[in-house]
Amino acid sequence: MAGQTIIEKIFAAHTAADASVEPGSIIWLDLDVRTARDFAGANVVKNYQTHYGETPVADKTKTFFTFDLVVPPSNIPYANNQQVCRTWAREQGVGVYDVNAGIGSHVVVEEGLAYPGVTLVGTDSHLNILGAIGAFGQGMGDQDIAFAFKTGRTWFEVPPTMKVVVKGEYQYPCTARDLTLAILDKLGSKGALGRAIEFYGPAIEALDLPGRITLASQVTEMGGIVGFIPPSEEVLAYARQQSGRADIPSFAADPDAEYVETVVVDVSGLEPLIACPPNPANVVPVREVAGRRIDSVFFGSCTNGRFEDFAAVAEIVQGKRVAPWVMATVVPATREVYQQMLRSGVLQTLFDAGFIISNPGCGGCASGHLGMTGVGQVNISTSNRNFPGKQGAGDTYLASPVTAAWCALKGEITVPEAS
Amino acid sequence: MKETTVKGRLWILTNPAGKLYDDIDTDMIFHNRYLHITDVAEMGQYALDNLVGWKNFARKAQAGDVIMAGPNFGSGSSRQQAVDCFRALGINAVIAESFGAIYKRNAINSGLPIVTMPGLSKIAGEFATGDELAVDFATGEVVLNGEKRFQAEPFSGVQMDIYQAGDLFAYGESLGA
Repeated sequence: MAGQTIIEKIFAAHTAADASVEPGSIIWLDLDVRTARDFAGANVVKNYQTHYGETPVADKTKTFFTFDLVVPPSNIPYANNQQVCRTWAREQGVGVYDVNAGIGSHVVVEEGLAYPGVTLVGTDSHLNILGAIGAFGQGMGDQDIAFAFKTGRTWFEVPPTMKVVVKGEYQYPCTARDLTLAILDKLGSKGALGRAIEFYGPAIEALDLPGRITLASQVTEMGGIVGFIPPSEEVLAYARQQSGRADIPSFAADPDAEYVETVVVDVSGLEPLIACPPNPANVVPVREVAGRRIDSVFFGSCTNGRFEDFAAVAEIVQGKRVAPWVMATVVPATREVYQQMLRSGVLQTLFDAGFIISNPGCGGCASGHLGMTGVGQVNISTSNRNFPGKQGAGDTYLASPVTAAWCALKGEITVPEAS
Repeated sequence: MKETTVKGRLWILTNPAGKLYDDIDTDMIFHNRYLHITDVAEMGQYALDNLVGWKNFARKAQAGDVIMAGPNFGSGSSRQQAVDCFRALGINAVIAESFGAIYKRNAINSGLPIVTMPGLSKIAGEFATGDELAVDFATGEVVLNGEKRFQAEPFSGVQMDIYQAGDLFAYGESLGA
C-alpha cells in the first residue's frame, strides 16, 4: 500500500479503522467541530427543527455559531436570522461567537478550536483556510451542517491530492498575497478542482501564520477542496498555546504518498500582481493596469485581515493621507486583531491617514455591513473574490495590502515602491 | 424506487459571446442580496438573476426543464440557496462539464440531480435551447431529441442513495443516523 497524503492521514484518523481512505472512496468523517455563521445559520436551524425537532445536538461542546457577515446587522432580515440562531443556541446550550467576535474561520484558530489534524465544518466556503494551520476545514451548505450538528459526522469523498512546489524566493514589496496570486495565475480557477493541495518549497516554509492564511484562503478560488501548508515549528507552537494541548500529532505526508499531479511555480523575480475583474484568477502584473483612477480601497477579509497586514499598510501610510477622492475602509478580522491595532498604534496611524475603521467582521466582502460599491466605481480590495456583484456593483481588483496601500495614497492603481 | 431517467426541455446557459458559460459562481446563480431567505419556495424567482443575459430566467423556466452549463458550475460560496432555487423551480436536472466542490455536495444532499459531462464544451454546439433532453442517472446516457446519444458520468453510489432516499436527512435516517 502506498503512503498517505496529509488529507488521507487526517481522514484515516477520523473514520472507521477498516474504512478505505483512498482517492474516490466515500467515508463517514467524524467532525471535531461544527459551526454555522449568520449567513445560512438560520437555514441550518430551520433544517434542524424540521428534521430533528427539539432533540439535542450530538455534542453541544463541539457546536458553535460564529456571526461575522453582517455584524452588527444592517438590515432586519439579518437581525432576524441572527436572533433565530441565538435563541436556538440558548435552548440547545450551544456556544455563540456573537456579532462582536470577528470572522469565524479566524476566531476558531485564535480560540484553539482548530489546530493541526482537526476536522471542522461550517457554512463559510473559505473554512478551508484552516489548511493554513494544518487542519481540515470545509464550507458546506445548510442541510449538510444541520446533519453535522445532529450526527457529528458527514459523508465525504476522499479527494486526490496534488502538490504545488514553489521554487525561488520573492522580495518586498511582494508579499504572501503576490505569491498566492502567482499560484492562482498558474492553476487558474479550475486547476485544483475537486482536489486537495499540499504546498511545499522554501518560500512556503518561510511564511508566517498570516501569510499561510492568505494562501490557504484562496484555494477555494483555485477550485480546491483544501490546501495544506505543513505546520512550521512556529505554527505548531502557536497551535499548542491556543489549544492548550501539549501533544499535537504530526499529520505530515508519507514520503511515498501518491499525488495526482505536481505543479512547480517559480517565484524568482516575482513582481506585484493584481486580479482584475471579473474573477480572482484574472491575474496580471500591477504595472499593466497602473494609472487607472480608483474610488475606493477595502482592507480586510479572511484573506488579508490580520494585524500583520494592517501593520504593513501603516508603515506605508505613516504621516501621509489617502487621496481625497478615495474611500478607504479597514476591517480587522477579529477582536484580537483590533486590540493589537489599538495597542500598537497602527489604528491611530491609519486613522490619521484618513481611513475609515470598522468593527471586526467580513466587512465589505460579500456585500456585508459596509462599504458597498456603486455602478462604475473602481475598487481595490484585499479580499478574496471579485466576481460581479460580490462587493457591490462596481469593478473590484484584488491585490496585497501593500499594493492597496499605495493605490489608496495615489488614488490610482500603482506599483508599490520597495521602500 | 424513484425514476432514474428524466426528460425535459433544455436551457443552454450561454455567455454574451454565445458560448457555453464557464465558472458560473453562486453569486450569479443566487445573489448575496437574497441570502437572508430561508423559505425554499421563495428562492426560485431569483435563480440566475445576476448572470449576464439571464436576468429573466426564473420567469421563463418551467417545471421539468433541464439546464446545461460549462465547467466549474456553482463555484464560490457554500450557499445552499444556489441549489434550492432550482429545486423551487422544479428543474429536473443540471448538466455541466464540472461542478464546484461545495455545490456538488449541496446538490447531492438536497436531491437535485446534477450530472457531470466531461468534454461538454467541445460538443456544446450539438445542443440548443428548447431541445428535448433525456438523462439516465444510472448509466449517464444523454439522449438528444430522442435520437442522438452522448455519454455523461453516471451518479456516484452515494449520490444515487441520497437521490433515492430523497435528501440527506432521509438518507441519514435510513442508516440510523
